[in-house]
Amino acid sequence: MTDAHFAIAPSAPTAAAAAPATGARPKMAACNLDFHYDGFHALKGVNLEIAEKRVTALIGPSGCGKSTLLRVFNRIYSIYPKLEAKGEVLLDGDNILDPRFPLNRLRSKVGMVFQKPVPFPMSIYDNIAYGIRHHEKLPKGEMDARVEQALTQAALWGEVKDKLRQSALGLSGGQQQRLCIARAIALRPEVILLDEPTSALDPIATGKIEQLISELKHEFTIAIVTHNMQQAARCSDYTAFMYLGELVEFGETETLFTKPAKTRTEDYITGRFG
Amino acid sequence: MNVTPHSHDHIVKSYDEELERLTGELQRMGKLALAQLAAAVDAVIERDSHAASKIVHNDRTIDALEHEVSHDVVRLLALRQPMARDLREILAALRIATDIERIGDYAANVAKRSIVLNQSKPVQLVAALPRLARLAQSLAEDVLDAYRNYDADKALDAWARDEELDEQYTGLFRELLTYMMEDPRNITPCTHLLFMAKNLERIGDHATNIAENVYFLVHGTQIAQARRKGDTTSVLPIDDPR
Repeated sequence: MTDAHFAIAPSAPTAAAAAPATGARPKMAACNLDFHYDGFHALKGVNLEIAEKRVTALIGPSGCGKSTLLRVFNRIYSIYPKLEAKGEVLLDGDNILDPRFPLNRLRSKVGMVFQKPVPFPMSIYDNIAYGIRHHEKLPKGEMDARVEQALTQAALWGEVKDKLRQSALGLSGGQQQRLCIARAIALRPEVILLDEPTSALDPIATGKIEQLISELKHEFTIAIVTHNMQQAARCSDYTAFMYLGELVEFGETETLFTKPAKTRTEDYITGRFG
Repeated sequence: MNVTPHSHDHIVKSYDEELERLTGELQRMGKLALAQLAAAVDAVIERDSHAASKIVHNDRTIDALEHEVSHDVVRLLALRQPMARDLREILAALRIATDIERIGDYAANVAKRSIVLNQSKPVQLVAALPRLARLAQSLAEDVLDAYRNYDADKALDAWARDEELDEQYTGLFRELLTYMMEDPRNITPCTHLLFMAKNLERIGDHATNIAENVYFLVHGTQIAQARRKGDTTSVLPIDDPR
């Protein structure tokens, strides 16, 4: 699948005009975003801002488009057959859907962590260093420092510093997920996309990831897709509720979970039919 | 049983049942407190000490219900992690239960004092009390009705009427002072009446609390305006009111 498949709407409005204001500076923004794959209209005219150095949660029932939206944010959509995107996704004002926007640059600025931890079948050290080597040539001392820094930021250093040369596959699920976060951080991205990062983890590992998110948001812009409403409520500053490919409601997390404006949102978050 | 609208449609049916149980307990508490209040006022007027003792005894039923409410609220918060209107429903139930329990206490206090009052000879002055009692009762009835029907407008209306009760209380306070000055033998019964009147006035305050919680339950925001207090007896000058 190539970027040539993308039709960029020529007259898409700017993010400022189309998306609801969050108070913080928008780091990313979807503007009138439509996304089709295989004849399915997955995203319908979505306007959404992802505030800089804040956590934005995307919630909604299965198939609502939240994961698709997250994937469009760093163009990991080659998994979708016959795709077509219309509208814009802006990163610091530049449209990343424009085929001229270099994919390498995008991926280094926008990192992603998936639902299931996927460590590479190599040592803990190399899991982190692998991505860095792809982008930069660093002398060993600097590389060591970068690996340590990433593992420290991901709150994993203390647990792995004595076994950096051991296989990452020997780590627990929660440690593997933090390793994946460290791997994303190591490339010094500006945005981190988390796709249900704790759904395969136990409550203690989940707590550690949530604590990590609250620390990382001081440095990174974070968007998280989660099915766990309490997690969205605990972790995020802003929450977007999506349903059937549309953005139903977006607002401050506290407001959305205590006094949502739309009945559809309230029905969903309170466990009624929706 | 009439429960608040919208509580019947959770995907998990047992959640609905638990919420219905909670609101049911609140309705029972409310009905009991209103019945206690009406009976207490009757007992004063009829000088019926037997009925008054029964009212004092019955207060424990309301207290027991409040404990049940408190237990159920803790359980719902811990096990269901309620959000949005479910959260407001549960918080409102907890707060309203406390206010109903206090209304019950005040009704029992009125009954308790009437027993003491009955030990001295009948006083005409008792006639001043029923008007105050009727207003307190109607406020309590209206806010509980508003709670049952999710009716924020009715709650707001009752909330505004508490001022009238405060003014009536201040009037009664002045009147009783006059009687006491006229004849020191009035001091004992009038003091009891004054305390009863204060109890009724406090019922109005708890009714406004309930009204505020009904408003919060329905709208998710607080009643914004600050209520002007009509009870000015705390700042009345100590002079000869004649």
